[in-house]
Amino acid sequence: MIARPYLKLDQIDKSFTRGGRTSEVLKGIELAIDKGEFVSIIGHSGCGKSTLLNIIAGLTPVTQGAVLLEDREVNAPGPDRAVVFQNHSLLPWLTVYENVRLAVDKVFGRTKSKVERHAWTLHNLDLVQMGHARDKRPSEISGGMKQRVGIARALAMEPKVLLLDEPFGALDALTRAHLQDSVMQIHATLGNTVIMITHDVDEAVLLSDRIVMMTNGPAACIGDVLSVPLERPRKRLEAASDPAYLKCREAVLRFLYERHRYVEAA
Amino acid sequence: MSQPALKTKADAVVAAFPSPKSATVLPLSPSEPARAGRLLAKAGGRARQVAVNVLPPLVTLALILLVWQMLTAKAGATLPSPTTIWAESKDLITQPFFNFGPQDIGLGWRVMVSLQRVAIGFGIAAIVGVLVGAVIGQSVWAMRGLDPVFQVLRTVPPLAWLPLSLAAFRDANPSAIFVIFITSVWPIIINTAVGIRNIPQDYRNVAAVLRLNSLEFFWRIMIPSAAPYIFTGLRIGVGLSWLAIVAAEMLTGGVGIGFFIWDAWNSSKLPDIVVALLYIGVVGFVLDRIVALIGRVATRGTATA
Repeated sequence: MIARPYLKLDQIDKSFTRGGRTSEVLKGIELAIDKGEFVSIIGHSGCGKSTLLNIIAGLTPVTQGAVLLEDREVNAPGPDRAVVFQNHSLLPWLTVYENVRLAVDKVFGRTKSKVERHAWTLHNLDLVQMGHARDKRPSEISGGMKQRVGIARALAMEPKVLLLDEPFGALDALTRAHLQDSVMQIHATLGNTVIMITHDVDEAVLLSDRIVMMTNGPAACIGDVLSVPLERPRKRLEAASDPAYLKCREAVLRFLYERHRYVEAA
Repeated sequence: MSQPALKTKADAVVAAFPSPKSATVLPLSPSEPARAGRLLAKAGGRARQVAVNVLPPLVTLALILLVWQMLTAKAGATLPSPTTIWAESKDLITQPFFNFGPQDIGLGWRVMVSLQRVAIGFGIAAIVGVLVGAVIGQSVWAMRGLDPVFQVLRTVPPLAWLPLSLAAFRDANPSAIFVIFITSVWPIIINTAVGIRNIPQDYRNVAAVLRLNSLEFFWRIMIPSAAPYIFTGLRIGVGLSWLAIVAAEMLTGGVGIGFFIWDAWNSSKLPDIVVALLYIGVVGFVLDRIVALIGRVATRGTATA
């Protein structure tokens, strides 16, 4: 008997129909992800990578195919696939603590006592080093801090799969590096299964076990999957001069560059 | 949509009553510098700021009174002058809460009676308006079907509803309350619906991932997210209901401030009417400010993400 993958994307097609015209976005997406794996999905803008993440999250229905989590089809959103949204999506009328607590109350309302839920909320805020700002509102903290809280909220749900939708896209380079280190550390500690959408080649290579490279749309599919053979824990500075790192980086760049040129010629 | 137009209307109502604000702020200015000595400079600066805000409306008020006095002081003037009003209706101004029998009570009591009707009518309108607005904002078809109806109904003047409501309720008091309700409910519905429709998709996604049920979604996401819109609607609504109550009471009778004006007109007591107008203006201004204040407190933090 063959070991079944933890998360399986089984021949997913997605097309949008608008005013009688159908446009294919994704075509024949086939991917298997193991438990504890960190997978990045990279591709040019508009190739449908965010659509793919929304499909895994259950926010967008598939046209054909299925998403299987532990051999069960999932087609509706739920806390087992927590999403960290690109623009943090914290509720501005709640404090940092309340934003995370809302998720904790919703997911563990039946299984944990009030004291336990309070402690779990604080634990997750500490995990992203945001315990000091628990009583602040989202409008009072920086973009990087908001994203940390967004990550804490997602982690607090104890998701089977953590979905990151270009989580650092809107941040400056220094803040981004800090958060990438935090995510690597959390991944090392908790061993979550993570799928991250990104358009940053360095980010993909540094964080991922595997990089899924998508072709350009319409009807985008998986062009290539690259394994990153770097040992963990990875250090940003050391990795930058590691030959394996540079090789992976070059492979991703070459893929994106060639595909991009292909579209321009067409 | 019609929202900006409604908003400017509310602002116009606010702008129409600047003088009571100055009257309430004025007593603060002498006491400010009298505070602790080390705060003197700061207090002096604040006193200047208060003066800058208070003096222009005071000057305006004095000019208005002066022109009014000049126009109405001549013998044979049809309207009372400020000095006549003070001479004849001093008791109404200085003692809002006297009580000399069933029909001889201070204007403060009459305002209270009117406010009670407004509280009931506007309270029902607020609850119904927010709930109906929430349903309409959630459903594209309800919006398409009901919005034109609401847009037409909301332009019907308050008093036009009165005969129908008198026929339906056969009693003055519920009729007046119904007129307040039907006048103030439309802006609340329309603004709530717009607010609900403008809930960002991000918040809906968060709710979906957390699997909030519809009741939780209503309380945790919809109401806070739409709160700025809802309070705009409530503010317009409370202004309209105060307009409606005075008109409705003039026709239905009873004890309210509206009936007082009608009664004063019938007994040719024009100075009393002027005093009643001032009361109405001040109370309307205060109502608007109270709703605005509640709105500011309740929507703290929602304006910016």
